[in-house]
Amino acid sequence: MQNKPILSLKNIVTTVNAGTPSENIILNNLNLDVHRGDFITVLGSNGAGKSTLFNTIAGNLAITSGQILLNEKDIAKETVEKRARYLGRVFQDPKMGTAPRMTVAENLNLALRRGSSRNLTLRHLNKHKSHFKELTSTMSNGLNTKLDVATENLSGGQRQALSFLMAIIQKPKLLLLDEHTAALDPKTSFQLMEETNKIISEQHLTCLMITHHLDDALKYGNRLIILDKGKVIFDVAGPEKEKLTKEQLLSFFNDLVEV
Amino acid sequence: MSMIVSSIGQGLLWAILGVALFLTFRILNFPDMTVEGTFPLGAAVTTAVITRGVSPFLACILGFIAGAIAGLLTGLLYTKGKIPILLAGILVMTACLSINLRIMGGSNISLLGKQTIFSNHFLESLPKYFDSVFVGLVTVAVITILLMLFLQTELGQAFIATGDNPMMARSLGINTDSMTIMGLMLSNGIIGLGGALISQSNGYADINMGIGIIVIALASIIIGEVVFGELTLNQRLVAVTLGSIIYRFVILIVLQLGFSTNDLNLLSAIILALCLMSPVLGKKLRLTKVLTQGGIKNAK
Repeated sequence: MQNKPILSLKNIVTTVNAGTPSENIILNNLNLDVHRGDFITVLGSNGAGKSTLFNTIAGNLAITSGQILLNEKDIAKETVEKRARYLGRVFQDPKMGTAPRMTVAENLNLALRRGSSRNLTLRHLNKHKSHFKELTSTMSNGLNTKLDVATENLSGGQRQALSFLMAIIQKPKLLLLDEHTAALDPKTSFQLMEETNKIISEQHLTCLMITHHLDDALKYGNRLIILDKGKVIFDVAGPEKEKLTKEQLLSFFNDLVEV
Repeated sequence: MSMIVSSIGQGLLWAILGVALFLTFRILNFPDMTVEGTFPLGAAVTTAVITRGVSPFLACILGFIAGAIAGLLTGLLYTKGKIPILLAGILVMTACLSINLRIMGGSNISLLGKQTIFSNHFLESLPKYFDSVFVGLVTVAVITILLMLFLQTELGQAFIATGDNPMMARSLGINTDSMTIMGLMLSNGIIGLGGALISQSNGYADINMGIGIIVIALASIIIGEVVFGELTLNQRLVAVTLGSIIYRFVILIVLQLGFSTNDLNLLSAIILALCLMSPVLGKKLRLTKVLTQGGIKNAK
């Protein structure tokens, strides 16, 4: 394999409501190495810890023990705002990823400065418009004609496409996609997934993508992992993943339930 | 005629509070009760230092700073202390009552015979009540223009995003706690300045002068939205000032109908309640579309 992982999770334990009767260990000694250029699809049943994994990487949830190494630097103590420098993230809920009362261009302009300091210089929105136009034209849903429209007036598909563009407008070291097409209708979902895949491969982005669609998990990415009870229990990459079939995955999941 | 001029003057001076409250109520999306304490705080600080011979201009700046410090406290209680914003504001507002008594050394201070921002040749040469029109107009115009510029900066955009979608803001690297504290300091600083100017216009500061001001400030915001409908952010800031003047006219009319000034707070509350209910009432009464849409949307 490649030499050093870009992200390395070592013995991660994440507990919610620690010290109370409802204490719950969500991630249980999870280990995962992500290499540069990896496009990993993440599967797992409900409660397996997929979203917790993302919240742990992004800093929304503090870990109980373990190490989160990004380029060999431990970022476990850094806040969400600090980690935003390295991470791009798209949420499942179309409402979560954009500022509803700000326009498409204003949202993109905010994302353009992800991770850098924001001071009293004027934003020069018009200067960036041609760049934004070009970028939004990569999406086939008419987003490029809505640069001056408040995002609350966009369709769910347009909002998610915008959220995705906002996550990649400043090339992130790691892109986290949390079922970003799940709330969309099948056709829109397919379109966004294709565009996502295209941009990720063109720009050689490193990406983790949570999905519930076995087909998507098989079709996209170079690596597939399955989470269960807070651990990575299945991890295939490259040719091995190519050979994997939906039936194998289904039977794998059925076995899990029986245990 | 003089009553109309006086109403415009009062409307312009009080518009400062409406514009300040817009920052927290409309942009950060929460009601900040601190203002009921910072308004008399600004007045108390200003009048106290003026009676000790400090220049009125410097006194106004001190009023701003005092308000900003109170806003900082509310911000810290809310973001670091995790106290709900409504309660954090009420705590600081309550504490301000004692602080204001300490600063004033009693429950009121008169500025009779003292130099104020209104005592200069130019303002005194104007016809009656035009001095507050002039001071109010200049101050609210300067504040509004500065805020418009600020909101167009990278920092201002991060501030707007914080109120619009804090989760997203954080994931884009915006420190939402800092933005919230900054907004509270700026808002309460301007409220303090409003207290400084209004106490000089009135000629005194009083411990009770803060009661009900949040309702008056909100009324100017809401009246502006109800009357002018959907606007851009910059237009909305101007609409607050117009709303504040309209509010004064409504009060003037109501007083002409024979109500006493003791009824003012009741009337303010009724006016605000009616404006807030206007979308519901509008549907019931089938008012025009402009009246029903309010303009709660469209903040950028």
